[in-house]
Amino acid sequence: MNTQPELQKFEKPDGLLRAALRLKRTQAGLGLMILVIGLTIAGPLIAPHTQTEFIDMPNSLNIPGALFGTDYLGQDVWSRFLIGGRSILLLSLSATLLGATAGTFLGLLAAIMKKKTDEVIMRIFDVILSFPQILLALLLVSMFDASPTLTILAVALSTTPRVGRIIRGAALSVVERDFVQAATALGESRIRILFSEVLPNVTGPLLVEVSLRFTYSIATIASLAFLGFAPDPTAANWGTMIQENSVVIVIQPWGAVLPVIAIAVLTIGTGLCSDGLSRVLAGIDRGGKGE
Amino acid sequence: MSDGLRIVDLRLDVEATGCDIVDQVSISIAKGRVLALVGESGSGKTTVGLAVLGHTRRGVSINCGKVFCGETEILNLDEGDKRKVRGRLVSYVPQDPSSSLNPALRIGLQLREVLEAHNFGGSDEARKARIKEMMAEVLLPSDDEYLERYPHQLSGGQQQRVGLAMAFACRPSVIVLDEPTTGLDVSTQEHVLKTIRQLTRDHGVAALYITHDLAVIADLADDVAVMYAGRVVEQGEVAEIFKNPAHPYTRHLVAAAPDIAGKKAIIGLAGRAQSPGKRPVGCAFAPRCELAEDACRVEFPAMVSVSVRHDAACIKAKQSSSGVGASTKSESTRKIGEPVIEVSAVSAGYSGNLVVHDVSLTIRKGECLALVGESGSGKTTVSRAIGGLHREWTGSIRLNGREMKTMARQRAVADRLAIQYVFQNPYGSLNPRRTVGDSIVRPLLIDGKSKHDARRSVLEVLDKVSLPSSYTNKYPDQLSGGERQRIAIARALVSEPEVLVCDEVTSALDVLVQAAIVDLLSDLRRQLGLAMLFVTHNLPLVRSIADEVAVMSEGRIVEVGPSESVIGNPQQQYTQSLILATPSIERSMR
Amino acid sequence: MPILKFIARRLGLGVLTIFAVSVLIFLVTQAFPSDPAQAILGRETTPEALDALRQELGLYRPAVTQFGAWFFDILQGDIGKSFVTQLPLSDYIAPRVGNSLFLMLVSAVFSIPISIAVGAFSALRRDQTFDKVSSTTSLVLAAVPEFVMGTGLILLLSTSVFQILPAITLIDAGQKPWSDISGMVLPVLTLILAVTPYVSRTMRASMIEMLESDYVEMARLKGMSERTVLLRHALPNALGPVFQVIALNLAYLAGGTVIVERLFNFPGIGSALADSVRARDLPAIQFLTLMIAGVYVLMNLLADVATVIATPRLRTSLK
Repeated sequence: MNTQPELQKFEKPDGLLRAALRLKRTQAGLGLMILVIGLTIAGPLIAPHTQTEFIDMPNSLNIPGALFGTDYLGQDVWSRFLIGGRSILLLSLSATLLGATAGTFLGLLAAIMKKKTDEVIMRIFDVILSFPQILLALLLVSMFDASPTLTILAVALSTTPRVGRIIRGAALSVVERDFVQAATALGESRIRILFSEVLPNVTGPLLVEVSLRFTYSIATIASLAFLGFAPDPTAANWGTMIQENSVVIVIQPWGAVLPVIAIAVLTIGTGLCSDGLSRVLAGIDRGGKGE
Repeated sequence: MSDGLRIVDLRLDVEATGCDIVDQVSISIAKGRVLALVGESGSGKTTVGLAVLGHTRRGVSINCGKVFCGETEILNLDEGDKRKVRGRLVSYVPQDPSSSLNPALRIGLQLREVLEAHNFGGSDEARKARIKEMMAEVLLPSDDEYLERYPHQLSGGQQQRVGLAMAFACRPSVIVLDEPTTGLDVSTQEHVLKTIRQLTRDHGVAALYITHDLAVIADLADDVAVMYAGRVVEQGEVAEIFKNPAHPYTRHLVAAAPDIAGKKAIIGLAGRAQSPGKRPVGCAFAPRCELAEDACRVEFPAMVSVSVRHDAACIKAKQSSSGVGASTKSESTRKIGEPVIEVSAVSAGYSGNLVVHDVSLTIRKGECLALVGESGSGKTTVSRAIGGLHREWTGSIRLNGREMKTMARQRAVADRLAIQYVFQNPYGSLNPRRTVGDSIVRPLLIDGKSKHDARRSVLEVLDKVSLPSSYTNKYPDQLSGGERQRIAIARALVSEPEVLVCDEVTSALDVLVQAAIVDLLSDLRRQLGLAMLFVTHNLPLVRSIADEVAVMSEGRIVEVGPSESVIGNPQQQYTQSLILATPSIERSMR
Repeated sequence: MPILKFIARRLGLGVLTIFAVSVLIFLVTQAFPSDPAQAILGRETTPEALDALRQELGLYRPAVTQFGAWFFDILQGDIGKSFVTQLPLSDYIAPRVGNSLFLMLVSAVFSIPISIAVGAFSALRRDQTFDKVSSTTSLVLAAVPEFVMGTGLILLLSTSVFQILPAITLIDAGQKPWSDISGMVLPVLTLILAVTPYVSRTMRASMIEMLESDYVEMARLKGMSERTVLLRHALPNALGPVFQVIALNLAYLAGGTVIVERLFNFPGIGSALADSVRARDLPAIQFLTLMIAGVYVLMNLLADVATVIATPRLRTSLK
C-alpha cells in the first residue's frame, strides 16, 4: 500500500471561499443574492412603464397592464419595484468596498506600526463608533446633500472603523507570528511585510467582515431612503417606496410589500453568506461534509 | 499484587468516519506503581488516559473494551455513576494547569468543590482540614489568604501542585497524569515529580503517567507501555525496556533520546506516524522500519513475550541483535576558526525593564555555542538582539569585527544575510499562504539574485536539508513539523550565511524528529563551517550538539566553557543544581 | 482602590471621546456647510432673514468661538432654543427622553433574558434541532433592516393578515407611553427582534468556547454535577463578551432607534431627531446627536467596567 507521506499526492489547501461554498447555507444565501441582483439588473430592462409615469388613479388595484396596481401618485408599482433596487445595490456595494479598503489599510497600519500610530487610529475609530451607523450617515447626508457620492462616503465612513478594528485584531496575532519576524530579520520593508506577509493571512476575517458590512450597508442606505434621503427623492427606490406607501398600506399593500420582500431576501442572502464564511473560518465546518 | 487499574482491549473511534484512534490497548497497573504511557504526539495516549475516566472528547466514541478501577468497570456505568467515580475512585491531572483551572474561581473553592461533590469528609470542618492536609502534601501554603487566590496569581509549578492536590483530594485508587510537567522548568519539574512519586507510593495509588519524555520515565515510573499510531507496541518494566528494547520503534526512541549523564550521539528517524484513517494495514511502524518484511504489512503483529513481564508487538521481537546502529559518523576533528560573532556587554530589556545584563559571548567559525537557561532567563532576548529582532539593547555586537546596528532593517544587506535566524515553532515561522519555494527564495531576491540563479539555489538547499525538489510547490499546511523545520533551515541557509541562530528549534518536535534535526544541523555546520548559536532549555541536548555552552540565569551568564566540562563538571552552584534536576536515563538505570 | 483608578482613567478617556465627538458634530453641522443659515431657510428667503439668522447662530464669529460658545452652553445645561418653535429645547426633548428610556427598558427587560437563555441553550444543544432553528432564525432577524422588519410586522399584525394591533403609536410626547399599551407592542416587538439575535449569537459562541475549554472538561473529570459544571464553571466565564454586546444594544435601543420610532410614530428622541433633521432645526440636531453619542460612550464604558469586575484576571491585574 502506498502510505509513504513523500509519495502522497498533495492538493493546495482549500480556500475559504471554496470551503464555504460547500455549505448549504452559503449556497442558499448566494442563491437569494443572485435572485435579487438578477432582478436589479434585468428589472429596469423589463419594466413596462417608466418610474415616474402616471398610469392610472392613485392607490388602485386591478388595473389592466399594471400587475400590482398604482401607488399613491398613480405610478406603476411593478415598474417602480423593478427599477428601485439598482441604486440601493450599487450604492451599498460601493460604500462597502470603499469602507472595507480604508478599514483594511488603517487596521493593518495600526497593527504593524503599534504605539502612537495605533493609538491615534484607534481613538479616531472610537469617535466614529460613538455614532450609531444610521445616525452618522443621516447627519452627513442631511447637512450636505444626499448625492450618490456623499451617501457612499457617509456609509463608507461608518464602515471603516468597524472593518478596521477586526483587521487590526486579526493582524495583531499575525504580526506576532514568526514568519513576520523572519521577514523583519531579512530587513523587508514595513510596507512589503504589511501587504505580502500580513494581508494574505487576514483575508479570512476580512471576507467575513466585508460580507457582514455589505448587509448593514444595504440596511443603512435603504433606511436613509426610508427617511427621505435618497439621491433622487422622486425616483423609484425600495426604501422610498416603503415609506411612501406605508401610509396607504391598508388599501394598497403591494407598494410596501414588494420592496419589503426584496430587501429582506437580499439581506438574508448576504447574511447567510457571511454566516457560511464565518463558520468555515471558525473551523466549525472545515473539512466536514457540509450540513 | 492486586491490580489498581486494568484496561482490556480498548478501542476508540472517530465518530464521523469510524476509523480507530486507539485499538487493542490492554494495560494493567498494580496499586502503588506508576506506569508510563509513552508515545509521540498523535499516538493516542491522551485519548486512552481520558477513556480511563469514561470520558471522550467531542467527535470520539468508545467502541469496545473494559476499564477496571479496582473492582469497578468504568465504561459500563451510566453518566450519573461515572460522575460519582470521577475524582473519587479515579482522578485526572491535566497537561496544562493554567488552562485547566477555572480562571474565575478561587483555588480554595475549586479544591472544596471536589470534596463536596463526592461528599468527602462529611462536614465542612472535616473538608477544611482535608484541604489543609492536601495543600501540605503538595508542599503549598494552606492559609486562607493563599486559598483565596485566583489561578493566575500562582506560578506554573504552583498551579500544577493545586492540580495534584485536587486529584488526590478524595484519596482515589487510580490516577491519570497527562504530561503534568510539560512546560515546567526542570527544577520545578523535579519537585512536582517528587511529589507525584511520594503520593502514589504513600497512598497505594495506581498511576498512569502519560508522557513523551523518556528521561522522566526512567526517573519516575515502574513500568512502561510504548504507544505508536494508536496501539501499544511494547510494554514491560522500565529497566528492562531501556536496557533491552525489543520493538524497533522503542529502540529508535531510546537511541534518539539525549541524555545528560550518558551517551552523546543521538540518532533520528525520518518519516512520521500516520493519523487515524490513513494508517497502513499491518504494523503501523513498518513503513519506517528497517527490519520490516512482507509479513509485517499483512496484519498487526500479536504481542509476544520477550522475557518475564516484557512483551512486544513485533514479529522480530525475539531477535535480540539488530539494534539501531550507533552513529557511524566519525568524530571528525572540527576546525574552529576566527571569532565570527562577538557580543560584548549587551544589556537588553522591554520598555525600560532590563531582562539581560552585561552579556558577552564569542562564537567562532565552525563552532556551536549552546545558550542554555530556564524560561525567563533572557536567552531568547540575547539571540533576538544578535538577529536584529530586538529593539531595546545596548552594548556591542560585532560580525567579523564590524559593529552591528540595533535592528536588522538598519544593517547592510550582506550583514543581514550573513546572520540567519531559525525560529522555535515551525508552524509559525513559515507563511501559510506561500509555497515553500517562495518562502525559501526571498533572501536571494533581496540579495538581488536573478530568478534563474535563485531557483537553482533553492533546489540545492532543499537537497542539503534532505528534501526532494518537488517540495518547492507545497504549502506549509501539507508538511509535518519536522519537514517544516527543515524548510525553515533551508530558508536560513539559502543565502549562505556565516552565522545560524537556532532558537529552541527542536522544542516543538517529537524526539525522533528532534534527533534528526540535530543531526542535520551538525552535518551542515561541519560541511559549511557555520558558526552556530543554539538556544535551548534542553540541557541533555547540549551534549549532542554544542562545543561550548553558556548557562544563563536571570539575565546573566553564570558559566561558560566547553560543553563536556560544564556539564560533566559544573563549577557554579546554579549549573550544578540545574544538571542535578534534569532527569537522566543512564543515571536512573545505574 | 485600583478599580476606582481604572474607572477614573476610563472616564477620562470617555470625556475625551465625547469632546472629539462634539467637535465632529459641530464641524459637520455648523462649520463645513457653506452657509447653515441658507441651508436652514432654504432658497426662498430674504437677505434680511438670512442676516438675522446668521447673527443668531453667531456665524460671523470665528469658528472656534462659535464652537466654544455652543460647547460651554451645553456644559452649563443650556441646550438652547429650537429654531422652528422658538421654545426651549429642553421642554421639547425632556419628555421624549423619558419615552425612549421606557421603550428601551421594556425592550431590554424582554430581550436580554430571552437572548441569554436562547444562546446558552443553543450552545448546550449544539447542532441539534433547537440550535439549528434558533441560529437560522437569529441569522434572518439580524440581517433584515429594522424598518423592513417593522413594516413586515405591520403588514402581518395590523393590516393585511391579522388586524389585532394598531400600526402606529397614538400618543403625544407629553403623555406617558404606558397610556397606550397596545400601541407599544409593535415598536417593542420590532426592537426585541432587532436586538435579540446579536446577544443570543454572542452568547452561543461564547458559551461554546467555554464548554470546549480545558477547565470545563476538568470540572467534568472532577465529577462535578452537570448543573455545577454549567452554572459555576461555564456560564460566568461566558458572560464577559456578552456584556459588551448587551451594552452596545442598550446604547442602540437608547438612541439608534431613529428608524423604529419614526416608523411607528413613537414620540422618543429617535423620532425627534428625524423630525429635527427634516425641519433642519440645527440646535436640536446638534444636541440630540451629541446625547445619543454620549449614551454610546457611556454604555461602552459601563461594559468595560463590568467586564473588568467580572473577570478576576483583569480585576486583580489593575494597578
